[in-house]
Amino acid sequence: MTNRSEEIRSALTAAFAPRELEVINESDKHLGHAGHDGTGESHFRVRIADDAFAGMSRIARHRAVHDALGKELVAKIHALAIEVSG
Amino acid sequence: MNAQDTIKETVTSNDVVLYMKGTKEMPQCGFSSRVAGVLNFMGVEFTDVNVLADDAIRQGIKDYSDWPTIPQLYVKGEFVGGSDIITEMTLSGELDKLFDDKGIGYSKEAAEKIREANG
Repeated sequence: MTNRSEEIRSALTAAFAPRELEVINESDKHLGHAGHDGTGESHFRVRIADDAFAGMSRIARHRAVHDALGKELVAKIHALAIEVSG
Repeated sequence: MNAQDTIKETVTSNDVVLYMKGTKEMPQCGFSSRVAGVLNFMGVEFTDVNVLADDAIRQGIKDYSDWPTIPQLYVKGEFVGGSDIITEMTLSGELDKLFDDKGIGYSKEAAEKIREANG
């Protein structure tokens, strides 16, 4: 079994030098939902804080996180909640 | 008309547009449901586009905004954000300010109620 949390974490630590980083697998909260694909790796929440985000708009912060993860990884995750602070 | 032209026409000819999974009456995803719920509660008139009904639009809207997820909210043709951003903006009052600036009608009282309930 792949560990998607680790994939997310390593992509973010490669791109940023976060003061805080939490990657939470929330897949179990979504049992029975259409996007719950049975792998247990469908729903994630990322909390990241990095000085690099200071002064960036909300959209720019989220885009930076999307870019760091890359299209392929983002496409594999059914749902990704992102909380970014500068 | 291709998907990009269709999207452009939709977001520029309607003041508030939500691209979502399902409809505002029957959302089919928790994130879409949350944003549609905020807009409904605040009494905002908006156009809902169900991306599950059209694969070309479902992919096309992600290309249009260069944003990988659904829902996506547009106000006066401008992409505002997805469910995390809309939630944050609702709680901080930035969404009220955006609607004020763009001349979009909404209930300030309802917005305050959401903030009180989530403060």
